[in-house]
Amino acid sequence: MRDSYDIVVIGGGLGGLTAARRLAREGRHILLAEQHSQLGGLATYFQRRDHIFDVALHGFPVGMRKSLRKYWGKDFAERVVQVRSIRFHNPQFQLDTTFDNRDFRAKLQELFGLPQERVEAFFAGIAAMNYYDDNSETTREFFQRYFPGRTDVWRFLMEPITYANGSTLDEPAISYGIVFGNFMSEGVYTFQGGTDCMIEMMQRELRSCAVEVETSAAVDKIYVAGGKVRAVRVNGREIACQAVISNGSLPRTVLEWTGQEFFSPEFLSGLQKVRLSTSSCQVYIGIREGATIPYIGDLLFTSTCPEYNTDALLSRNISSRTYSVYYPEIRPGTHKYSVVASMNARYEDWAKMTREEYRAAKKAMIEDTLAALEQYIPELRSICDYTEAATPLTFQRYTGHLQGATFGSKFDGLRYSMELFKQVGGLFHTGSVGIIMSGWLGAANYGVITANEVDRYLN
Amino acid sequence: MTRAEISQAIIDIVNEIVPDEDWSALQPEENLRGKLESMDFLDVVMELRKQYGVEVPEADYGALSTLQSCVDYLEPRLARK
Ligand SMILES: Cc1cc2nc3c(=O)[nH]c(=O)nc-3n(C[C@H](O)[C@H](O)[C@H](O)COP(=O)(O)OP(=O)(O)OC[C@H]3O[C@@H](n4cnc5c(N)ncnc54)[C@H](O)[C@@H]3O)c2cc1C
Repeated sequence: MRDSYDIVVIGGGLGGLTAARRLAREGRHILLAEQHSQLGGLATYFQRRDHIFDVALHGFPVGMRKSLRKYWGKDFAERVVQVRSIRFHNPQFQLDTTFDNRDFRAKLQELFGLPQERVEAFFAGIAAMNYYDDNSETTREFFQRYFPGRTDVWRFLMEPITYANGSTLDEPAISYGIVFGNFMSEGVYTFQGGTDCMIEMMQRELRSCAVEVETSAAVDKIYVAGGKVRAVRVNGREIACQAVISNGSLPRTVLEWTGQEFFSPEFLSGLQKVRLSTSSCQVYIGIREGATIPYIGDLLFTSTCPEYNTDALLSRNISSRTYSVYYPEIRPGTHKYSVVASMNARYEDWAKMTREEYRAAKKAMIEDTLAALEQYIPELRSICDYTEAATPLTFQRYTGHLQGATFGSKFDGLRYSMELFKQVGGLFHTGSVGIIMSGWLGAANYGVITANEVDRYLN
Repeated sequence: MTRAEISQAIIDIVNEIVPDEDWSALQPEENLRGKLESMDFLDVVMELRKQYGVEVPEADYGALSTLQSCVDYLEPRLARK
């Protein structure tokens, strides 16, 4: 580490990494400081015995291919491959879909018996949504308009999106429409080689364009002088810089690391009202070497709940689980299978437990998940040789996101993220925020949007 | 720069950003939105800044809608370069 850089990027999530890469190409001198021992942020993986578990590689829209090509290089883009099929299994319906526009139209007409004009009108409604419009309609009202009373259809349309960005029926329809529009265009994609491969490639790429990458390097102070950032403190050492891009928690960037005295009262009171998104629980299941599992879909949305219901999705009394099944093709040359079960969750439900309660609750969650998954993989218990669980507390611990927020903040957070530099010169934010900027694609693209602002500022 | 040079510079930039599109037959009045997504426009703005030192503020993004309007917008700004 030197004593001074043009830009310090706080955090090596996909937003921070992509911003750093983009700005390095403009010839800026950059330090990227990541508090964890590994880059990636929520886009992470971990290794236990001979298993590698992907935490957040369940699927992203095809747009990721183009963004990876433009902002990381051809070798990244070539690894983006489509997953074969997404399955749904719940009391209202059971189906398999490739999750693209064509197949969704067909399913809505053939399986759900909807007239073609209705379906077309719905897709036209999605296409007409504009991020800049001031539209207060909720997703529930939007669905009600096209498919009144059809809770089975709502579930089909909503469940994957809730899982992908934590949004609910009672939030602005736009937060649904943008993500649905992205995902639904051409199916669901993944990164061949796994998260570990992508993050290693990114780390190598950053080094090759002279970005200084420091891991186990936490920033706990952003210094301001004359209304502009002048330095940060990394592991106790002051590093001078002209601009800071925080990829960490937005409220912590403002209140903890910079200090509220540098922000206007209106900005602060608005920021404090921004709601964080909910969190997640996961159960990781390793299949022993040599054993195989039959194809049960790449993503399997299951629920025993009679209807789609946000409260039930978030409840500790779990009735809905989404399984990501990792077949050997994801890491060519290996023969390993693993399954990751994901559930939406509330931080509060986990934060108040004693150590013993917490341990017991994790154990019960693993047990319940195995029991539920046996329905799809009957021989599961005899072939599984490793299990582990993550809770909202785990996500908070590894990324420093308050309450383990999985998708940043709700819709209203975006404004505060984008206007940081109007409060303190040279202070920027990037990363999962405002629902639509979240996910691998959203975070990476937001990294570039922020890079453009920083570049403009420094010019 | 002349208008023809500016036009060529823009085609070079978009061709670099979105190489899979055919830019050879681009009409001056054709809406670039057909071939460029919003992230691509951002890349164009960054390239213009880097290569020619021109700053296009967000309020002026509308001026980049066709090749013709890009040239109209950039010509006075590139006159001295
Ligand atoms: C369980 C789960 C499943 C998901 N599944 C998918 C999926 O299938 N598809 C998809 O597209 N998206 C998925 N997502 C969402 C996606 O992973 C995130 O939206 C995205 O990775 C967030 O990137 P980010 O740029 O906001 O950075 P983050 O991932 O939030 O990273 C921020 C980084 O900053 C670091 N940091 C924080 N504070 C400091 C500090 N003070 N000093 C130094 N470093 C600091 C953190 O350690 C972290 O590395 C999932 C998320 C979760 C949790």
